[in-house]
This record gives sequence, C-alpha cells and structure tokens, in this order.
Amino acid sequence: MKLLSFLFSSTIGRKLVMALTGVLLIAFLLVHCGINACIYFMDGGATFNAAAEFMSYTWYIRAMEIGLFIGLILHIVQGLYLTATNNTKRAQKYAVNGSNANSTWYSRSMGLLGTIILLFLVVHLKHFWVESRFAHSINEENTLFNVMTVVFQDPMVVVIYVLGCLSLAYHLLHGFQSAFQTLGINHKSYTPIIQSIGTCFSIAIPLIFASMPVTMYLGLIH
Amino acid sequence: MTHDMNIKLKVWRQENTQAPGRFEEHQVVANPDMSFLEMFDVLNEQLIEAGKDPIAFDHDCREGICGMCSMVINGRPHGPKRGITTCQLHMRSFKDGDTITVEPWRANAFPVIKDLSVNRNAFDRIIASGGFVSVNAGNAVDANAILIPKEIADEAFEAATCIGCGACVSACKNASAMLFVGAKVTQLSMLPQGQPERESRVVAMVNQMDAEGFGACTNTGACAAECPKQIPLSVIANLNKEYYKAKLNGK
Repeated sequence: MKLLSFLFSSTIGRKLVMALTGVLLIAFLLVHCGINACIYFMDGGATFNAAAEFMSYTWYIRAMEIGLFIGLILHIVQGLYLTATNNTKRAQKYAVNGSNANSTWYSRSMGLLGTIILLFLVVHLKHFWVESRFAHSINEENTLFNVMTVVFQDPMVVVIYVLGCLSLAYHLLHGFQSAFQTLGINHKSYTPIIQSIGTCFSIAIPLIFASMPVTMYLGLIH
Repeated sequence: MTHDMNIKLKVWRQENTQAPGRFEEHQVVANPDMSFLEMFDVLNEQLIEAGKDPIAFDHDCREGICGMCSMVINGRPHGPKRGITTCQLHMRSFKDGDTITVEPWRANAFPVIKDLSVNRNAFDRIIASGGFVSVNAGNAVDANAILIPKEIADEAFEAATCIGCGACVSACKNASAMLFVGAKVTQLSMLPQGQPERESRVVAMVNQMDAEGFGACTNTGACAAECPKQIPLSVIANLNKEYYKAKLNGK
C-alpha cells in the first residue's frame, strides 16, 4: 500500500489518477455513444433496445459498471481536491490577468466544466439509470427507447442536455490530450496525432450525444 | 530620430512580506530604445530626486541569462513578447500614452520581499533536494571519455537553458513549478553523469516542490508559452514519466 500512497499524496500522483480515470471515462463515452447512436437506425428503437438490454443483463458488463463508477468517483474527488488546493496557491491575485495570451480558457476551467458535467450527470442518471436499475420502471413494455422519447418532449430537458454536452466537449478538448501529457506520453513525432484525435473526439462525441435529445424533441426519430 | 514616450505606470508597492500592498501611479518620459528596466531606472532617479523611496525590483545581468528580472507586465510575466526576459523588453513594444501595470510574481511559494522583488529561495531548496550530480574529485576527465549522442546532448541542453527565473510559476493559474522541476530533472536524467541519483532525485525534487506550496500541473501550457528560454511542455511529461518509473521501483 505504501507503494501506491503517492497516488493520494503527491501532486503528480493525484494527476496520474486523474489521467487514468480520464482515459477510462473516454473509453466509456465511446461505448455509450456507439450504443445510443443505434436510435438512428429508425427501426422504432429495436436495435437500440436490444443493445441496451445486452448492457443490462450481462454480469461482466455489470462488473464493468462498478469499475466505471469507482473511476468516476475517483475522477470527481481528485478533481475537486486538486481544483480546491490549486486555487489556494496564489493568495494575492493578479490585478491584470493576461492568461488569455498564454492558455485557453477551457484548459483553465476544467474544475468548472467538470462541475457542470457532474450536475448534468445527476439529472441524466435520474432520468435513465436510476429508473432502470432501481425504480424498474423501464421494462419490456416501457422500453428505454420509449422513455427517451417521453423525457425529450420537455424543451427544458433538451436545453440541459445540450449544455451538458457542450461542457463535455470543452472538458474533453483539454482533457483528452492532457491525459496523455500527464501519463508522460509526449513526443514531437506523435503528440500532434494525439492532439488531432483528441480534437476530433471532443467535437464528434458530444455532437452525436447532443443530437439525440434535439432530434427526438423535433420528432425526427421513429 | 526617435520620439520620447509618455508612459503611465501602475506599480505594485509593498513595504515588506507582511505588509499589505497597493498600486502607486507614476508618470515617466521614456525613450523607445530603452529597455523596460532602464525605464524603471529613470523612474527611480525621479523618485530619489523627489526624496521618495525608489521601487525595489530584481535585476542583474541585463542580457537575458541570469533570470533575476521578474516583473509581471500587464498580466504577462516578462511582458507581452515571447521568449524574452524583462531586460530584453524595450519600450518600443509599447505606445506613447500607454498605461502599464507592473506587479511582482504572485505565488504563495514566492513571498514578496519588497515592491516587485520576490523571494525565490523555494527553487534553491528544490535544487538542493536533488538537482545535482555526484562527481568524484580528481583529475579532469578527458572530454571524449563519456560519449553522448548528439540528439541526447541537444535535448538535455534545451532543458538546461532554464534560468530558474520563475516565470512558469507566475504564469500558471495553480502557481505550479512543474516546468522548472521538469527542466532540471530532464536535463540531469538524460546525461550519463546524472544516472546514479536518477530515481532518488526525481522523488526528492517532487516532494520538495510539493512541500514548498507550489500547485499541481493542469497542463494549460501557460508556463511554456511564457518561458523566456522556451522550455517545451514535453519536459513536464518527462518529469511525470521519470517520477512513475522511480515509484514503480519503490523509491
């Protein structure tokens, strides 16, 4: 255990936790987005419901779900801790802040963007995850696809989801390449490739996610 | 023929480490070919002639290699230009009638001594904790006795150009010293002379860095963008890698 204590004591160790859990969450987003995009088969949600059912009744998927939640909680706790302590390192602030000239606003706002995503997650998990896992209101008659169509009738919900996806996009725009930098993976030969993939991922995945509530609200999915 | 410039300065004044600071406004007539520090010399002469306390600021070599000059000018360490120190910044980078705000490096780990002068001993203590190599005394070793590939020598030298000025800390939103420590660890870990202490060095230096109250790195890249010696962000990735390796080996 002493060997791993640096993960919760040193600044670099804490960042390593952020990077590893970040990569895990990126992998999760890819799977989540792929399954959800099945609604675009326009088969009344048949493919999507089958995929969702596979994800809910397989024991190893459930085991991975627990791993995902541990990763998510570690990412949140370490992130909040790092943001809070980093904010104390300059007691006297600058009167003139020139940081826009040397860094992007979203790279400096990871704590804020992460908090918005966390608030969105509370709403999002209540809509679908809590309903299917605990309330058992999602079943063979009332499928996940049906629940989606009902939930996304509310324009306020659509706005919240689009804002959540926007925060996710900016969080990823910095976070994707930042994770590799923290893992010590930086070389002039392949870092530009990682950064390009990161930018594409950060735009494409949130865009696909955001398109779902919007198209469902507009009644384009059937 | 160059025309004199009227510059309004808002300068941070602070009696000592404990005293609360405040901004003081001054009017200076500057020549466009003056360096920023020479403009401060002119201002201080004015203050001395008026019987006032001159503004304390750090400076030494005035040719961009010592790392002493440390002003945050309009929110940017060493001013608006890239890859230079304050002494290499000239008044021609500003316009006649400009108002310029000058502040000290701001970080808990760099307490203000007086006005624009800050205490950067924290960097010295990080170096003392591991930023050295052990060399046996004796006759000077033949220059070609230890062969070092050109690419490695170049990369180590690039990191070794760090002058320890602390602009990285002052630019970082977390007041993190990772670029400084990354440069030192990279330089020493790449060269054969640095191998004996390679793992103990990185752990000791990171521990000291944390103990001094510098923040964690969030990879915003502000440090590398403001570094007068343009140390690349890759030294931080390398520092991380060296640290993990040392930890995996139980250091």
